[in-house]
Amino acid sequence: MKNQWHRFDFILLPVLGGIFILLLWHISSHTWSGDLPDPAKTWHESKPYVLDPWGKRGELDQGILRFTLLSLGLVAKGYAIALILGTPIGFCLGLSPTFTKIFDPIIQILRPVSPLAWLPLGMVLFAKIKGINITEIAALFTIALCSMWPTVLNTAVGVRAIPTDYLNVARVLKLSRWKTLTRVMIPATLPYMFTGFRLSLGIAWLVIVAAEMLTGRPGVGGFLWQQYNALVYEQIILCILTIGGTGFILDRLMSVIERRFKTA
Amino acid sequence: MAFLQLQGVSMGYGPASRRTEVLADIDLEIEEGEFVAIVGYSGSGKTTLMSILAGLLRPESGKVLFDGQDTPGPGPDRGLVFQNYSLLPWLTVYENVALAVDQVFPKLSDAERRQHTDRFVAMVNLTPARDKRPHELSGGMRQRVSVARTLSMQPKVLLLDEPLGALDALTRATLQDEISRIRLAEKQTVVLITNDPDEAILLADRVIPLTAGPRATLGPSIPVILPQPRDRRTLHQSYDFKQIRQEVIGYLLKATSRHRTTLSRSLVLPDVEPEDITHHSQRFFGSGRRARRPSELKTETVEVEL
Repeated sequence: MKNQWHRFDFILLPVLGGIFILLLWHISSHTWSGDLPDPAKTWHESKPYVLDPWGKRGELDQGILRFTLLSLGLVAKGYAIALILGTPIGFCLGLSPTFTKIFDPIIQILRPVSPLAWLPLGMVLFAKIKGINITEIAALFTIALCSMWPTVLNTAVGVRAIPTDYLNVARVLKLSRWKTLTRVMIPATLPYMFTGFRLSLGIAWLVIVAAEMLTGRPGVGGFLWQQYNALVYEQIILCILTIGGTGFILDRLMSVIERRFKTA
Repeated sequence: MAFLQLQGVSMGYGPASRRTEVLADIDLEIEEGEFVAIVGYSGSGKTTLMSILAGLLRPESGKVLFDGQDTPGPGPDRGLVFQNYSLLPWLTVYENVALAVDQVFPKLSDAERRQHTDRFVAMVNLTPARDKRPHELSGGMRQRVSVARTLSMQPKVLLLDEPLGALDALTRATLQDEISRIRLAEKQTVVLITNDPDEAILLADRVIPLTAGPRATLGPSIPVILPQPRDRRTLHQSYDFKQIRQEVIGYLLKATSRHRTTLSRSLVLPDVEPEDITHHSQRFFGSGRRARRPSELKTETVEVEL
């Protein structure tokens, strides 16, 4: 009898955790945190955004999936820049000890800087360039700069970890520099690169919220900040759940891709 | 002039203060079409010697002459079969061989190259596993792919660096026969490095012992005057085989003992035996003499490597 229940553990136990948190939330909103709307009220107020996820009533009043898609679009662009810049930098770091000595200290110093600090710099940096959407460019700058580092560092580690035997094979075959890179070094580094890509995507998604909050761009983060400023607290939790859920899905997707390259 | 020649080659590793001389004064001459086996202890610098022959390492002093060139870099004309197979894990068996074929024969047409690749995959009996990746293969199969990749480059000399070291005895025997068969069919020049004298004698025309390191050097070459192809089942009973084996092993053991010397000295072990307190009454009533605990005398012998 007991064993029968264990079969449903994988679904029962997480549900139990969810119920516990909902209970805590409900009690909190009715006791010490008066401003916090309780779960029922949150659901009631969020209904229009969830049930009509593609609706558009105004620039900062759209369905939740529409907002998510807007944010994802911006993340995709910033993330692409991060990968395009980060992978070659990682290769240079892995290949050349001199390059590492020159740039590693700078990277170690820039790496822990928060997106909140990069965004104003981005705004200043691109302010004098005409014909661009300054908030978008600044947001992309921030996302790219913050999410680049895991790709850079993992690629560098991967390049350093290429077995000497593979390089010796390339030397015995007299492969050209380009062929050594494309046929031996890049495939050998791919598993490391993809670990970096996955971590980078996580950070890019973290940064988007901060970037949208500061620039007021439409998206999940912008919506959250706007509702807070408008003293509408019901949708804050909706936004948090959306951000968390999207991040989770992205990470799962990336780890599926990552695993495919691991076996190679 | 010899086809592949080493003249006074020495090699060492490490910073000047703590250098280890791995190889010293290596002289070696290999004629075209010859099968030479170098037998040595593990850790005596066999792989270093092979890397020098392949051009992957440059000797610190001395010369490598290959086909008239002086100390050339690595290239497909000296086909090296690596000790640990070194297959690229993201390529299939066919692709691993094709990588070498495409590189070495760029002038052939696509169809010809495909045919050439297939021929060498078939030569090591791997056609059924053609589209498998290295991690799906057994150790013996991987080593066969590695041999096929090297042979497909049609190198002027085949360098085998303990190619069968990681395999079990049965697989080893099968692959030894395969190497012997391929070598006789292609009249290939081969240098085999191994730690197994029997393997060396079974395959080679000439066996050269490599003394134990540091400062390993080659001994006199011992010709193997047994007819080819050799049958492992009858070989062990052959008088000549036993004679050659005796000579190779005898040389290696002698060369090793020459490297060592013993130092002896006498030691006085300090008197550390605890006092026997059950006899305390003796002191009180008796003669007052303590129990005698003489210091022990021993000799210590230490083996020193020179």
